[in-house]
Amino acid sequence: MTQRDSESMIRLEGVGLRYGSAEPVLRDISFSIPSGGFRWLLGPSGAGKSSLLRLLYLANRPSVGHLSILGQDINAATRRDLPPLRRQIGVVFQDFRLMPHLSAFDNVALPLRLAGRPEGQIHADVEEMVRWVGLQRRASARPAELSGGEQQRVAIARAVIGRPSLLLADEPTGNLDDRQATRLMQLISEMNRLGTTVIVATHNESLVQRYPGRSLRLAEGQLINDV
Amino acid sequence: MSKRSLLRPARFDDLGLRRALSDRLLPALVAAMTFLAALTLAGVMVASSVAHHWQTGAAAILTVQVPQPGTDTAGGTRLDRVTTLLRGSPGIASVRVLSSTELAELLRPWLGNATQASALPLPAVLDVRLSPGTTEPDPTLQGRLSEVAPGTFMESHGLWLQRLTTLARSLQACAAAALLLVAGVGAAVVAVAVRAGLAARRDAIDIVHGLGATDSFIAGQFANRATLLAAAGGCLGAVAALPVLLALASLASPFLDTLPSDALLPTLPMPLWISLPILPLAAAAIGWLTARVTVHRWLRRLP
Ligand SMILES: Nc1ncnc2c1ncn2[C@@H]1O[C@H](COP(=O)(O)OP(=O)(O)OP(=O)(O)O)[C@@H](O)[C@H]1O
Ligand SMILES: [Mg+2]
Repeated sequence: MTQRDSESMIRLEGVGLRYGSAEPVLRDISFSIPSGGFRWLLGPSGAGKSSLLRLLYLANRPSVGHLSILGQDINAATRRDLPPLRRQIGVVFQDFRLMPHLSAFDNVALPLRLAGRPEGQIHADVEEMVRWVGLQRRASARPAELSGGEQQRVAIARAVIGRPSLLLADEPTGNLDDRQATRLMQLISEMNRLGTTVIVATHNESLVQRYPGRSLRLAEGQLINDV
Repeated sequence: MSKRSLLRPARFDDLGLRRALSDRLLPALVAAMTFLAALTLAGVMVASSVAHHWQTGAAAILTVQVPQPGTDTAGGTRLDRVTTLLRGSPGIASVRVLSSTELAELLRPWLGNATQASALPLPAVLDVRLSPGTTEPDPTLQGRLSEVAPGTFMESHGLWLQRLTTLARSLQACAAAALLLVAGVGAAVVAVAVRAGLAARRDAIDIVHGLGATDSFIAGQFANRATLLAAAGGCLGAVAALPVLLALASLASPFLDTLPSDALLPTLPMPLWISLPILPLAAAAIGWLTARVTVHRWLRRLP
């Protein structure tokens, strides 16, 4: 691996993470993903997949090691440098993390509003995205009024609405039926083809078999292969 | 697509602060603070006005009473001789003999209207002003006055004036301290409310922070809300203070010649009219600044 930072979207060298003073949940992780690459992130429950993604969407900084994302050295970055990076990263959280007091529509629109996009330019895009995830009839419902799969589709729509350079999806098909999972994978493939770097963490082996791709496999906080 | 999401209000509440920073307690507390500030401000102004009044208008007054003023002596009446002596003394700026009407006015509280018609032997009263910078008359003056017109009595207000001025200054300092305290307590009230709001919206803040919201954006949302609530409280407090201030002004008007006591409605001194609308602005500014500082400090815990 001799790629320079400017060519790799993500680059980790000897990265470790511990929460507080507990045992480290990630140890000595090194890999890099070029811009426009795709990776499955696999491993048993508790292996540290979500924790690794947390590092990549900048919710945690590495306890040790070196991390660079979107060509930016995260170890050297200040708090002020991070928000513009976060706005280029779309995340589907395992627990969705929707705003409870906002409608599905407004949850999807949130990244665009935070990016300062004028209200007039937001509507058409959000409407199209809401329709694409099949929630046009539920657009004004709040998360608590939606089923698990509907909430997951709102989370997916919110992650991709801003056309991120990096898409991180944590178990994005966990609450979807087969048809919806297939549609989601088609969307993800299409975005990847158009240049978005994608990492999808999942337990769903049949999905991985249907969409073969390179994978990162974690076990007990360590990377056991990068194939 | 439903109407509810399409008709998005212009200033949308992404963080749900309309409920997290409620429009009940904070405005009420800020209103109370503003009310206190208005009263304090009125106190400062009355004290300043009194101090000013005494320092310029009535500064360094000397009153000289001449009994049996009309009695002729070698160099004219006793009053003439005293007046001449005073006018020729160093450190004296002006000498004015009070007219009989002024005298009657001064005595009316004690003698009623009887003075006008009565043949009471009233002394002449002279209003003497010392030159600027002089607070006490020449110590030999009393002796020389008694020489030209025995029984003449001189009363200096210098020391009394100094004490009055000191008192007025102390009152002003206390009022300024009270204003600072009120502003400080107001800021603390806003900080507590904002912190409660931050705790109530912790998850929402985590989410927008994760989506790339800047600290300034999040602080701005809180600051907008806090400014609005503080301004509302400030207006409420200032309006509530108005009738009280007007009542106080009407009570104070006989003592301050700047106020027309015969006006149909009591009016406030100009500086108070100017500073009363400034109070809600000050409350809003305190709300804005406190909210921003509080939120920025709180956000430092996030990566
Ligand atoms: N905030 C946290 N504080 C402390 N420990 C944590 C925290 N989050 C995760 N962990 C621990 O870190 C380890 C890895 O958790 P993580 O969520 O990354 O696993 P995962 O691979 O995503 O599992 P799953 O497939 O079940 O989602 C687990 O042992 C978990 O208990
Ligand atoms: Mg997980």
